[in-house]
Amino acid sequence: MQLLLLLSVFVIATCGLIYELIAGTLASYLLGDSITQFSTIIGVYLFSMGIGSYLSKFITKNLIGVFIQVEILIGLIGGLSATILFVSFEYVTSFRILLYGIVCLTGTFVGLEIPLLMRILEKKYEFKELVSKVFTFDYIGALLASILFPLVLVPHLGLVRTAFMFGILNVLVGLWTIFIFKETIPYLRFLKGEAIAILLVLTAGFVYSDRILSFSESNSYPDTVIYSKSTKYQRMVLTKGPNDLRLFLNGNLQFSSRDEYRYHEALVHVGLASLTDPKRVLVLGGGDGLAIREVLKYPTVEKITLVDLDPDMTKLFKGHDALTDLNQDALSSSKVEIVNEDAFIWLKSNQVKYDFIIVDLPDPSNFSIGKLYTNTFYQSVKSSMAPAAVVVVQSTSPYVAKKSFWTVDATLKSTGLKTTPYHVFVPAFGDWGYIIATAHEFVVPTQLPAGLKFLNADVVSSMLVFPEDMTVESSQVNKLNNQVLVRIFDEEWANYVQ
Amino acid sequence: MFSRISRLTRREFLVYGPLSIAGLIGAVSGIKHYLSPSSLQKFKGSIVGANAKVGHLMRTGKFPAVVTTSSVETVIVGGGVAGLSSAWWLQKHGHQDFLLLELDTQVGGNSQSGSNEVSRYPWGAHYLPLPGPEAVYVKALLEELKVIKGDHNGSPVYDEYYLCADPGERLYFQGRWHEGLIPQTGIPPADEIQHQEFLGLMKEYSHRRGGDGKFLFTIPVDRSSQDEEFTRLDKISMTQFLDSRGWTAPTLRWYVDYCCKDDYGQAAKDVSAWAGIHYFASRSGKADNAGKESVLTWPEGNGWLVKKLEEKFPEKIKKSSLAFNIQKNPDGGLFVDTYDVTGKTSSRILAKNVIYAAPRFTAKYSVHPTLGKLTQPQTSSTPWLVANVTVTHRPEGRGHELAWDNVSYYSPSLGYIVATHQALSHLKKETVLTYYLPLTDEAPAVARVKAFQRDHSYWSNLVAADLEKMHPGITQTITAIDAWVWGHGMVGPGVGYLWGENRKEMQQSLGDLHFAHTEMSGISIFEEAQYRGVMAAKKVLERRG
Repeated sequence: MQLLLLLSVFVIATCGLIYELIAGTLASYLLGDSITQFSTIIGVYLFSMGIGSYLSKFITKNLIGVFIQVEILIGLIGGLSATILFVSFEYVTSFRILLYGIVCLTGTFVGLEIPLLMRILEKKYEFKELVSKVFTFDYIGALLASILFPLVLVPHLGLVRTAFMFGILNVLVGLWTIFIFKETIPYLRFLKGEAIAILLVLTAGFVYSDRILSFSESNSYPDTVIYSKSTKYQRMVLTKGPNDLRLFLNGNLQFSSRDEYRYHEALVHVGLASLTDPKRVLVLGGGDGLAIREVLKYPTVEKITLVDLDPDMTKLFKGHDALTDLNQDALSSSKVEIVNEDAFIWLKSNQVKYDFIIVDLPDPSNFSIGKLYTNTFYQSVKSSMAPAAVVVVQSTSPYVAKKSFWTVDATLKSTGLKTTPYHVFVPAFGDWGYIIATAHEFVVPTQLPAGLKFLNADVVSSMLVFPEDMTVESSQVNKLNNQVLVRIFDEEWANYVQ
Repeated sequence: MFSRISRLTRREFLVYGPLSIAGLIGAVSGIKHYLSPSSLQKFKGSIVGANAKVGHLMRTGKFPAVVTTSSVETVIVGGGVAGLSSAWWLQKHGHQDFLLLELDTQVGGNSQSGSNEVSRYPWGAHYLPLPGPEAVYVKALLEELKVIKGDHNGSPVYDEYYLCADPGERLYFQGRWHEGLIPQTGIPPADEIQHQEFLGLMKEYSHRRGGDGKFLFTIPVDRSSQDEEFTRLDKISMTQFLDSRGWTAPTLRWYVDYCCKDDYGQAAKDVSAWAGIHYFASRSGKADNAGKESVLTWPEGNGWLVKKLEEKFPEKIKKSSLAFNIQKNPDGGLFVDTYDVTGKTSSRILAKNVIYAAPRFTAKYSVHPTLGKLTQPQTSSTPWLVANVTVTHRPEGRGHELAWDNVSYYSPSLGYIVATHQALSHLKKETVLTYYLPLTDEAPAVARVKAFQRDHSYWSNLVAADLEKMHPGITQTITAIDAWVWGHGMVGPGVGYLWGENRKEMQQSLGDLHFAHTEMSGISIFEEAQYRGVMAAKKVLERRG
């Protein structure tokens, strides 16, 4: 009997450490910055264990019964922890409170376990024997957990299933203890029933975890999918790798948190810094708020209108810690007005004139999006320009899809605007292109806002230079009724991928 | 085989036994699913278009006695495109004293349209080719409606929002969607040569003029050349023409057949060769900002044009109004007795002249014999089924992306068009598919009677099953199917009709009663309906002096 109890020390220790590791990993997935996340999670967890140990002295009766209860509850909370954290990511505004709440709760219960067990065993062993045996098993369990977790559990089971599996083990320890001490425990039936019910829940969770979370595309992304949602309009996926957070829309990379500043500084400042006293800014697409973060560096800007069709997108980037950290809470600025409408339809009826217009739409990879790259669309953009306005259009990669890039240029020119193409290297994307369109001659800015991570005046002028392998003649105009751009784009990217 | 089974070990039995039982259960339930009436799915929606019932009132001839009398200079009977065009032309030329009677609750005839929370959609005609050199009235209308925005180097500049957006057409063939409607891949080289020869000849015909200096094939039909060498083609069927050229490639035959059904509601074997060729060789319109093949379209199809016409004279249209007796007025002129379908009362309208812009077969119930001998068309009109299918997801499928017009090589239907194709919204998933099925399997009269007997469950299941073959799983995304049975969908240019005597007689007026309908052209398209409407209006204006 004693040996069996010591074995359960081993299981408990393994489970305890696994929950801690799961919380730490999830925190660094969802919130980024793994050093901070891991060390605060470990700190909070250990501290909570201290609370548990302290509380253990207040338990004076029915030690075994309480111990069993604690096991079952740890099994439940620990087992569900990963699922709760994943699922609630989109619903909870302060994810950190939930995360640390769960860590505290598990830590406290885990902290209760060992002192209780030691007191159950205190009459069976001499004190020095007891301490030595319990802690030996405890530390062996910890070692096993820390080896199994990164090498076997995460790669093969994933976080959610690992959590369920160890939850099940915890409950089994509880059941096992019930079996050993069945003569001496009050409320035996209740505990048994509870344990079996929770065991069933956890087993079901383990079996159906894929379906619960439906991260069906996990296999198509190199990094771990930490969030995915099919909105009314598109599939949003956030992934977390060792170094960055990435957003994919319908499988296409939108940004990597590691180098998005390059993309967005280039998108915004070349045009915006060229204006004196810009007041009104229009952003079409770009519901992630990253371009707006850059726009907000201009104190003269009074109003920013963001037109992004998908309310789920703007909500996510307005409400969630990890993402508002990235866009510096740009979408909550009082200057920002969010309009969840289709860019084309909104533009057609818009009466307001803007000083700076950012057209940051997905690449023209299908005919629906191709409409937003036509002369008719640019004609509508032109109608929303103030007299000295500057428009910037993200125009795909002039290296991979050079003909596409110059087709966008030709299409903009066909509306009577003057164009200034430029490009920049963004590691996550490759060499990326933009086109500035103006009614007048564009004057390249020499002064930029302070505190940029990438751009300076020299870099700006270098971006205007196109090497030979990025230039090609293209005079085709993309129209609603020919959609030449979608065909060219499709061909160029298909060739590149091959 | 037998020995293999006899050697089944216990282990194998344990594995295969349950599997085969499961298979058996699956098969049985599958068969049951197809056999039992419960295999019919229930779809939301209904059969719309109630005009047949109202129209059939005419046959009984029993109407309440006339209680009131009013007078107007010109009465137009029928609010389809022909009637609306008569009204448009009269108004345009200063003739304001007219009244248009429509028996349905909305005008438009074959160009009617509907709408739901997802989109507006057509119930019939859904596009207009760029008008060619002879389609002057179409061009005039489009200029008036600002569909043509201006002129650049002699070519009209069209409003881009109305030019059919790319991609226009795709074909489901050999398990994949392909761009365009002509099968291109997996075809024997000899057949491909036939395709090219055929299309080459059609292209040549589209430029050519006859001995009288007129285009061989143009719209309106009556402005085409009367060159004997070509009008002769009206005396053979399109199939005979293809045979005579040795064009037997099944893919080419399919394509020609598809086109004949698309515009005439009849198969190539029933359509005259002149008409068949006309389909390919008459569309020679051009645009400054679009290709020759371009068409104009709107979410509600030609219903858009109808609405624009209606907006010009709304107070002069009387809906739910059935003209059941047209007769000579003893005091001169004519009178038209009409029955108000909603008020259930009859009234008399005294008129100087009447434009009868409804199908000719209805005239025999309403035009009094004393007015003269009515000519009936010696060609048939095909019944059609049009269904509007609302789906939660745009049906993409393997191969080419969703287009405006989506056709399956294997379907008896003409496929479906996507109502939201012209929409500027780029991420919306839900849409409405307008599905067209000409009922050509049986003689028109038989098919018509049967079609009106079918209920909503029958049609919706038939449509869903056909769509399912192009898009496995689409049934799950269908939220509603509405269906419209067109008893007399469109006139078909049968062999000998276009250039025979009968059609000429069809165009004759009976005194001050003029006719305007596509039956008089033999081709049921917007341009011809409008042409007939304008011609009738011109007769009225001429006599007015």
